[in-house]
Amino acid sequence: MEFGIVELSRLQFAMTAMYHFLFVPLTLGLSILVAIMETVYVMTNRPIWRQMTKFWGTLFGINFVLGVATGITMEFQFGMNWSYYSHYVGDIFGAPLAIEGLMAFFLEATFVGLFFFGWDKLSKVQHLVVAWLVAIGSNFSALWILIANGWMQNPVGAAFNPQTMRMEMTDFYAVLFNEVAQAKFVHTVSAGYVTAAVFVLGVSAWYLLRGRHVELARRSITVAAAFGLASAFSVVLLGDESGYNATHSQKMKLAAIEAMWETHPAPAPFNLIGFPDQEARETHYAITIPWAMGLIGTRSLTTEIPGINDLVAQAQDRIRSGIIAYDALMQIREQRDAVDPAVTATFEAHSADLGFAFLLKKYVDDPRQATEAQIVAAANDTVPQVAPLFWAFRIMVALGFGFIATMAYFFWRASFRQMRYPRWALHLAVWMIPAPWIAAEMGWFVAEFGRQPWTVDGVLPTAMSVSALSITEVALTLAGFIAFYTVLFIIEMGLMLKYIRKGPFQDVSETEAWVQRHNDRLAGRRNADAIAMPAE
Amino acid sequence: MILHELVSYEFLRVVWWGLLGVLLIGFALTDGFDMGVGALIPFVGKTDVERRIAINTVGPVWEGNQVWFILGGGAIFAAWPPLYAVSFSGFYLAMFVVLAAFIVRPVAFKYRSKREDARWRNAWDWALFASGAVPALLFGVAVGNVIQGVPFHFTDDLHAIYEGAWYAKFIGLLDPFSILAGVVSLAMLVMHGGAWLTLKADGAVQARARAIGSVAALVAVGAYVLAGLWLAFGIEGYRIVGDYTTSGPSNPLHFEVERTGSWLAAYSDRPWIVIAPVMGILGPLLTFLGLRAGREVSTLLFSKMAILGVISSVGLTMFPFIMPSSSDPQSSLTVWNSSSSHLTLFIMLVVTVIFMPLILAYTAWVYRVLWGKVRAEDVTENSHSVY
Repeated sequence: MEFGIVELSRLQFAMTAMYHFLFVPLTLGLSILVAIMETVYVMTNRPIWRQMTKFWGTLFGINFVLGVATGITMEFQFGMNWSYYSHYVGDIFGAPLAIEGLMAFFLEATFVGLFFFGWDKLSKVQHLVVAWLVAIGSNFSALWILIANGWMQNPVGAAFNPQTMRMEMTDFYAVLFNEVAQAKFVHTVSAGYVTAAVFVLGVSAWYLLRGRHVELARRSITVAAAFGLASAFSVVLLGDESGYNATHSQKMKLAAIEAMWETHPAPAPFNLIGFPDQEARETHYAITIPWAMGLIGTRSLTTEIPGINDLVAQAQDRIRSGIIAYDALMQIREQRDAVDPAVTATFEAHSADLGFAFLLKKYVDDPRQATEAQIVAAANDTVPQVAPLFWAFRIMVALGFGFIATMAYFFWRASFRQMRYPRWALHLAVWMIPAPWIAAEMGWFVAEFGRQPWTVDGVLPTAMSVSALSITEVALTLAGFIAFYTVLFIIEMGLMLKYIRKGPFQDVSETEAWVQRHNDRLAGRRNADAIAMPAE
Repeated sequence: MILHELVSYEFLRVVWWGLLGVLLIGFALTDGFDMGVGALIPFVGKTDVERRIAINTVGPVWEGNQVWFILGGGAIFAAWPPLYAVSFSGFYLAMFVVLAAFIVRPVAFKYRSKREDARWRNAWDWALFASGAVPALLFGVAVGNVIQGVPFHFTDDLHAIYEGAWYAKFIGLLDPFSILAGVVSLAMLVMHGGAWLTLKADGAVQARARAIGSVAALVAVGAYVLAGLWLAFGIEGYRIVGDYTTSGPSNPLHFEVERTGSWLAAYSDRPWIVIAPVMGILGPLLTFLGLRAGREVSTLLFSKMAILGVISSVGLTMFPFIMPSSSDPQSSLTVWNSSSSHLTLFIMLVVTVIFMPLILAYTAWVYRVLWGKVRAEDVTENSHSVY
């Protein structure tokens, strides 16, 4: 691949977005877990739960700040590096971003300060409300971002306006209740919940292995396992829903994930594993499960799922239709004030394919001059790189089932085995800490890399979306981001580990008497369930 | 959706132009004192406790304040997509510097006091200084450039293209007038930070903040008046010529623009806007007197008045221009040619009308909860929970 301005800009966006998403999932989940812990504290009045709230809250705070800081980059990068994209779809795409600020980000950011600084200034219930507002704010934030992203995957409720040379909103409800966006939202926040659950589980397991902060760790595991089990189910179910949606909105992405080159008579088999070969357009050594793909993708035994080769042939047709739209657009622009209604009618009939004509801009300035060979080449460009998608997807799914199994096991031990955990399970929980991050990054990779060569599926090619910048400028900022983010990452990890090692802040005045009484009780009754103690 | 037809496109554009101003002013009023305090930290605090007092006056609120900046970006994207596309890519490297500052700042706040090491803390203090002072200066520089016009043009497909090599685009921002505008902005926000610290701190920190803040107030008013005179005699304004419609499609190329006369002609067309520069001059002077007299609440209000006056004077003087083009005036962005569609502006207005009052209400509640001075005991006794 030649490294031009498009590739550099993509690299920078991918890097900053994936970096941002190292912090987001933990924020999404931990804000809720902390709020749950504080709720238990307010309801039971047991100081241990206050201590848990404060301890996990501190870790939440260290993580939160980098999520906010790196999120600013995301909000501004569209304009900086993707200025034609911003112009072309800002009318639709900008709205959810702005609403996110108004509705969600203000909420979480205004109250997060009070969460940390307000312990002595607020009543218990007031502080609890603040904690929940932070959690709700973070999660609403994800909703609007995924409505924006969902529109890039499935651009509904918008039409091209020849007068302004851009897409404009025609139906806000369609954008809002875009099925792709809704499924992605629940899938993504659930992934965040799983991340936080695995994190809390892993850190607590580490304490148990060392016999430190046992009370805090055991309770934390119980909360994390229950929350994590529900979330792990949700993340897999909604992932399945996203796949079902892709069957009608993003056929090419689905076929690429599946490495399904040829259309198979329904119900199609599922390639469990194999080695996709982009050049030869076939998958070597595939192990398949009959019927599975048809069932997952269409929830029927009779609906066909088109393969990559058929989709490329369809893309050729759409490019030809797009050229007609492009030609009509040029006429409309020249005639500006007195447009021939016949031209308008032609444009409207073909405007849905205008984006496909833009694919030719890579080869020729005026798509109307494109040769047959160029049309074929542009149609072939609509196939994303299959092998990385195929593998990333399978890693994500395998991890997803792994989370269900782990969480189910810990939930069972917490509920029916007196919160006693074998050492191997605790070790596993510690080693599992990075897994949800890997799964989440794989998920975004599949979603965004699988959308190529488009920024907005079928509407605007990535190559056209970039700003008119020099390579030097983007190389400078890319180097800057890499240096900068690396330093921040080292500092963040250092602090996170320091605060985990240090453990909860011992609020002796509150807890000493309580722990004393608690230990007496435990000594008096073997296997006494600490949770089941009456409220102090 | 037929509902949006009830409100005219022209009206929505003017409202969104106003809301753009509200967001910028909201940002400067709230995050402005964070930047000002940041720039003041190394100078108002000689000891670690003193610096922590200064940091903790903004500690619980900077996160919420910073959202004004992010919302500003989002609202420009949603309501003025061409402006978002042109300005953010045009000021590319300057934007990166601002971004870097806004990324360092939260981290500095949060991480500074998490280690005892004096060198660690001192390094973060200077990071806070830079992350306050540099964007404060650059925002003014950007405004200075916009007033003079920025060298860009649109192609027929509305691709925004910049004139000049990458280094010229960056260094070229720093012309004398723009630097003067940067000085106005930096001095104004340092003054605002000083007024904030006067209200929220006492003892040595407050005394130093008052001293530096009052100097900054004088610099701000001096530079502002100088910039006004420069604008009157040294800089050409822009004007839309020929027939045009204020409710047509957002396409800059449908308009004819000429570079002619002075921006200050606006004051003979709309004499009432003179109230903005009057506030911009009186505000810093009153802040100066307030700081000298040791008044707290009223000083902060005067400082806010100064910011309101200075920022709104720029917008009101340039109306309907938002970002004129110096190399191809026809590509200039105005209120009439660079907004979102009628429907999007309407939806965004509905959302804003619902949520803006809520935001203001809960922000006010948070400030009320946090009302009162940050004292040395607050920092030393809650060492584990404050910054």
